Amino acid sequence: MLSFILQRLLQSLLVILVVALIAFSLFRYVGDPINAMVGQDTTLQQREELKERLGLNDPFLVQYARFVTNAAQGEFGMSYRHRRPVSELLAERLPATLELSIVSMILALVLGIPMGVYTALKRRGALAKSFMTLSLIGVSLPTFLIGILLILVFGVWLRWLPTFGRGEVVNLGGWTTGLLTKSGLQALILPAITLALFQMTLIMRLVRSEMLEVLRTDFIKFAHARGLPNRLVHFRHALKNTLVPVITITGLQLGSIIAFAIITESVFQWPGMGLLFIQAISTVDIPVMAAYLCLVSFFFVAINLVVDLLYFAVDPRLRVRRAGT
Amino acid sequence: MMAFLRTLDDSDVWHSFRRSPAAILSAIVTLVLFLGAFCAPLIAPQNPFDLAGLDIMSAHLPPVWVEGGEAAFPLGTDDQGRDIFSAILYGARISLLVGFASVILAVLIGVTLGLVSGYVGGRVDSAIMRVADVQLSFPAILIALLIDGVARGLLPREAQENMAIYVLIFAIGISNWVQYARTVRGAAMVESRKEYVQAARIIGIGPVAILWRHILPNVMGPVLVIATINLAIAIITEATLSFLGVGVPPTTPSLGTLIRIGNDYLFSGEWWISIFPGIVLVLLVLAVNLLGDWLRDALNPKLR
Repeated sequence: MLSFILQRLLQSLLVILVVALIAFSLFRYVGDPINAMVGQDTTLQQREELKERLGLNDPFLVQYARFVTNAAQGEFGMSYRHRRPVSELLAERLPATLELSIVSMILALVLGIPMGVYTALKRRGALAKSFMTLSLIGVSLPTFLIGILLILVFGVWLRWLPTFGRGEVVNLGGWTTGLLTKSGLQALILPAITLALFQMTLIMRLVRSEMLEVLRTDFIKFAHARGLPNRLVHFRHALKNTLVPVITITGLQLGSIIAFAIITESVFQWPGMGLLFIQAISTVDIPVMAAYLCLVSFFFVAINLVVDLLYFAVDPRLRVRRAGT
Repeated sequence: MMAFLRTLDDSDVWHSFRRSPAAILSAIVTLVLFLGAFCAPLIAPQNPFDLAGLDIMSAHLPPVWVEGGEAAFPLGTDDQGRDIFSAILYGARISLLVGFASVILAVLIGVTLGLVSGYVGGRVDSAIMRVADVQLSFPAILIALLIDGVARGLLPREAQENMAIYVLIFAIGISNWVQYARTVRGAAMVESRKEYVQAARIIGIGPVAILWRHILPNVMGPVLVIATINLAIAIITEATLSFLGVGVPPTTPSLGTLIRIGNDYLFSGEWWISIFPGIVLVLLVLAVNLLGDWLRDALNPKLR
């Protein structure tokens, strides 16, 4: 167990170092950091001095090591466009993205799992079939189009919900939250549905196919034969055995939700990290791009690690196998 | 020709195609959209790339069945007086071009690396697969965005617009090669242990010829299935990047760019600029997805 955790930690560290290398090369070789800092009338000599002072003449490995050390302390330099430290910008926008992502994930799970169970149990029912058709359309609808449709229907035609920004936010010691005000909650509804829809169809289809698989096994037949009520068989026996793949996919999807938040945030002008990143790409704001990349990869790696560890908690067979060998 | 048709008529794939209404319907939809996009200059009433042919006076017109619509612009016009119907035909053309080209690029990279990885094995194999693992832990759209951003930083400003489509093809292609590599690697490992490969090796055929002439044809089935489904993903990715404003520039709009243009006018009630290209995009993706699903079932002997 311990060696397994250590091994996974080492792997995660390696991935982060590779990503940091990419981010560093971006920072150092794409776009000239000196050009971004000085004005037009700086002399060549002043440029050289600045270059020396910033350590840009040091060997590659030394610069890379400095970059990693700084990054580990959350120091990514100044944004070219905003003229403010990147870490400040990201910290300001992190709560918006995390709130949106987590609410969407919960929404996707709370709706997706029951729908998956239902479609597996009532395979030939009309409602189950319409769920399946809807899910096929859901997979083919790009995220940004879902957002536009929701804006058009609920924002422009019905005028029920805001389609823009985060609404009023409350500052809780540096963490701004929109979950405590009415306008904040209203503003969250459409973006959260947009972001959740794709994940929901994915979870629903996964739960359905896993349930169908489990329902075919002998121990379910045996549970029925023992005279257990259907509800108990379906939820206690069957659903529990589908949870391992569901946890894996959910965990991995949490990463892709953060990535897809870029699109949702851009459709709804949600002031999160994704919007910052997309603006950074179109204005070639390299420090922001590098910092976003490092931060997101850190999230991904951390999520993957937690998912791997959760296996042990959920699936006792793994624990026994490890202990046996 | 007749012999070919007879073989086709006897084949399992054709048989299963004829018995699947979803496959026939989606094939028809795909074919119509492909033809429309391919013949765009012949069908479209207007050339949306030709700025001289646009009339600002006919901008912001609704579709013909809504009050104020004109028969010359059946689906309405956008902010520059572009006919939406023509723009969709030309836009679908660019979307399909980027989709196909990026899938071909991804197949080329993925299949080559997969074959080498599976056939050579050892350190080469584990190096390629580590890279694949790292890339797989990031969503493809993020990688495509990143490549796009880097290209913007590297290219001079005036070249950016002309190079945008190539950058896009490259970005989407690179972000999707892993799946092919993994599948082909597995299949190549199985195939390379079979007797016909050993026989070929014994009679002195070089490794490149063995990979190309003997192993490759035997691993193409799954590649074809993944490529079909990936075409849908590539089209969505292109549309998404263009919508985000980092894809195809507005001077040569793709479906995603059209939706982006329309998004700005959504609040003034001009829904048609976004919604019609959106419908075409969804139809295209849905049809290609259904074809991919069917192809997967038809080529999978286990399900027969």
